[in-house]
Amino acid sequence: MRQRGFLRPFARQGVGLAASFAFLAALAATPADAMDIKRVVSPGGIEAWLVESHANPLIAMRFAFRGGAAQDPQDKQGLAYFVSGMMDEGAGELDSIAFQERLQTLAMRVDFDAGRDVMLGNVQMLTANRDASFDLLRLALSQPRFDADALERVRGQIIAGLRFDENDPEEVASLAWDRLAFQDHPYGRPIKGTRASIAAMTQEDLRDYVGRVFARDKLVISVVGDIDAETLGRTLDHVFGALPQASSLAPIADAKPPMGPTREVIVMEVPQSVAQFGHRAFPRKDDDFIAAYILNYIIGGGGFSSRLMEEVREKRGLAYSVHSNLFPYQYGAVFVGNVATQNERVGQSLEVIESELRRLAEGGPSAEELAGAKSYLTGAYALRFESSSSIANQLLWIQIEDLGIDYVDRRNDIIEEVSLDDIKRVAKRLIEADRLITTIVGKPVEAKPKKAPG
Amino acid sequence: MVMSMFDQLAGALDGRAGLILAAFSLASLAFAVAVDSTKASPRVVEFTLGNGLQVLVIPDHRAPVVTQMIWYKVGAADEPRGSSGIAHFLEHLMFKGTEAIPPGQFSKIVARNGGEDNAFTNHDVTAYFQRVAKDRLPTVMAMEADRMANLRLSEEDVATERNVILEERRSRVDNDPSSILQEQMMSALYANHPYGIPIIGWSHEIAALDREDALGFYKRFYAPNNALLVIAGDVEPDEVRKLAEETFGKLPPHRSLNDRSRPQEPDHYAPVKVELEDARAGRMTVQRYYLTPSYATAAPGEAEALDLLMRIAAVGSVSKLYKRLVIEQKKAASAGGWYSDSGLDDGRVAFYAIGAEKVTPAELEAAIDGVIAELRETGVTQGELDRARSAYLAEFVYTQDSQSRMARHYGWRLATGMTVADVEAWPERLKQVTVDNIRAVARKYLVEKNSVTGILVPAPDQTSRGEQPVHVPHPGRS
Repeated sequence: MRQRGFLRPFARQGVGLAASFAFLAALAATPADAMDIKRVVSPGGIEAWLVESHANPLIAMRFAFRGGAAQDPQDKQGLAYFVSGMMDEGAGELDSIAFQERLQTLAMRVDFDAGRDVMLGNVQMLTANRDASFDLLRLALSQPRFDADALERVRGQIIAGLRFDENDPEEVASLAWDRLAFQDHPYGRPIKGTRASIAAMTQEDLRDYVGRVFARDKLVISVVGDIDAETLGRTLDHVFGALPQASSLAPIADAKPPMGPTREVIVMEVPQSVAQFGHRAFPRKDDDFIAAYILNYIIGGGGFSSRLMEEVREKRGLAYSVHSNLFPYQYGAVFVGNVATQNERVGQSLEVIESELRRLAEGGPSAEELAGAKSYLTGAYALRFESSSSIANQLLWIQIEDLGIDYVDRRNDIIEEVSLDDIKRVAKRLIEADRLITTIVGKPVEAKPKKAPG
Repeated sequence: MVMSMFDQLAGALDGRAGLILAAFSLASLAFAVAVDSTKASPRVVEFTLGNGLQVLVIPDHRAPVVTQMIWYKVGAADEPRGSSGIAHFLEHLMFKGTEAIPPGQFSKIVARNGGEDNAFTNHDVTAYFQRVAKDRLPTVMAMEADRMANLRLSEEDVATERNVILEERRSRVDNDPSSILQEQMMSALYANHPYGIPIIGWSHEIAALDREDALGFYKRFYAPNNALLVIAGDVEPDEVRKLAEETFGKLPPHRSLNDRSRPQEPDHYAPVKVELEDARAGRMTVQRYYLTPSYATAAPGEAEALDLLMRIAAVGSVSKLYKRLVIEQKKAASAGGWYSDSGLDDGRVAFYAIGAEKVTPAELEAAIDGVIAELRETGVTQGELDRARSAYLAEFVYTQDSQSRMARHYGWRLATGMTVADVEAWPERLKQVTVDNIRAVARKYLVEKNSVTGILVPAPDQTSRGEQPVHVPHPGRS
């Protein structure tokens, strides 16, 4: 239930690995070869992107309401997450058990997930149960019950989860990092809330959130599988038509993460220290975003082809896992990396990382590294379109990020267009190795903390 | 919402990237399934090369990509005594290089070809896989065949990778009290069988593994006649046969295959209880394991009945355990369980519950015992069985939607001794299970003396979180 790093068009999926031979990439199949994306608009005006495929008797639907955990009021942290946990706990005439039994009878899958900027829905159903499954989804979306006993049960689960998280070094490092980077901005708050905020949450709070966020003007939908456009059009009105047209979102200011150097050590009795490091980055709409994305692949996004993996793990055996990511949230982008090393050597890991970042900022990647990154990123794009539900996920994020219905066709060309000069310039612009925000959880020996005002 | 805490921990170790793979349910690979909604199934084609390599092809032409998996029929339970972790260590070292592939280049070459690769190890199998555009299949097949026979290891590579694995163990186990407890429970459940030894190995034994251990294990077990190649995706069986003959087909078989019979469990006479108090525990939990047969060792029909028993008893929020403990009695925040059914030797069923506020371990354990007693005495209803079974059978439709999942799920079963025919007949066998069969296996296997109970309790003071963060205004780089 880690909340970071949803699968987005520009996040690595699974285990990304990589490096060169740009000429090979041109030969690689693009997902578009096998796919026809249709824009379907229902009679009632609800839009969805559809890839019709009758190969398997199933339908995958993904949807999102813009306005995720960032819409949680300051004193209601964890509200969106709480709502996401309650959406399969009963609706209409069906109480929690009846609803769950209905899901099982229909062999249908429904998940809700609260991201920072979006509330995500993920639905899979069998063609044979199509109409009944969409009926149930309509019920869940338009008439959630939020019964008192279900509320208490989910509250208990979230609080139990928070207690585990409080002792999970990765989770603690991540939350501390968000606090340092985003401060008072909604992104600085924990998506899952706090024990106190969850304990105080009421049914009215949940209803208020759903009333504000679950609206048609903030809805994007993708559908893949065994359904035609006309049927989908009718279905969209049926499933989503009962939702209000207009949302009522709180305005969110842009986050302006301060630069470090800042290092926070949180002492925990574990043999291995877990560290998170990073700083602000560029938004998705920035002209340099794609170059930064390629650069991140070279830094730490590219698994065994990345610089950090090479230097920290392969050459020195300092860590099992070290990686970096770009998170271009809607109101503030960050570049973030993670590493875990035994307490005695974690200081060395962080030094190696800083030194690699410095080297990249100063000299940029080599032509061979850029070629390798392009070759992987363009060649592996097709791998994201393997199953109905992974295709639906890609199409959903292209809509959320507003990249256009032809993006799948254009995407590899956009990558290919980035030059070595571009990426060197962007390396200088993005990376500030001496100004990282770093959080360390464990009992680091070398990175000895000195008490100082925070 | 059901919060799963432990059911993912019992599977295989992903050697390279941090996934823990749960044991796979058979539903995912049942083709000839009897759900009305299913259409014609993909045709699975199986053949064997002259050197004994078993090959399975699962065509799926929806996307121009393929998944290659090579499954070695060897795992941590085949390790020499005292060398725990060598199967998994070797899996890491398989990425180091050969005469043709320079050190550290394997994954980089796959990536340069726009592919993704990884590997994992469990007690019974070790598997390596790549996902690539279909025109790159010849490249990755040649690479995979090459490292089946031509691995090269330097002392330095081995020493560095040993540190990586010790870090991996710290991440997975030492930093996580619930993993430590699970290790202890497995040791108690399997007192004699090597399933009691952790896949990743014990720290002190990992620290002593060397290049000779790795190469010795490699030479013993890595051979075409001890492996299964699975290719799923946009290919035809004839293409695969030709490619496989040109690559893997050139490798000599081992003259004698290794015996995989392992020391078996003696009769158990008393239940075992393992308690761990740890400041990092977060929340009190109780887990219960029982020894059971696996699909490979069960008498006809018993594994199917256990499979359905556990789905009704412990999977999801309509399960008996969840209903009784979480919804009705409110003794647990969450509860669940699973059946580890895919081993070569006897498996286990597991139940767990995460305590609600102010519930004691004894109360929680008693609540679990209540559900176990109910399963033994009254069993399950026909309605519960029908609903669970149809949902289980329908899962295959979702699995069939992903070529990489198909490759993994088929490979898992075939590498642990099932045949394609077994797999295809499974839905029929599942349909024959009755409520009486389920009660019979509950009575036969949910037996106290064959059980291990694990209790994890947070230490009274939550010391780990009692300390304030220490801010260091400057990184103090040296």
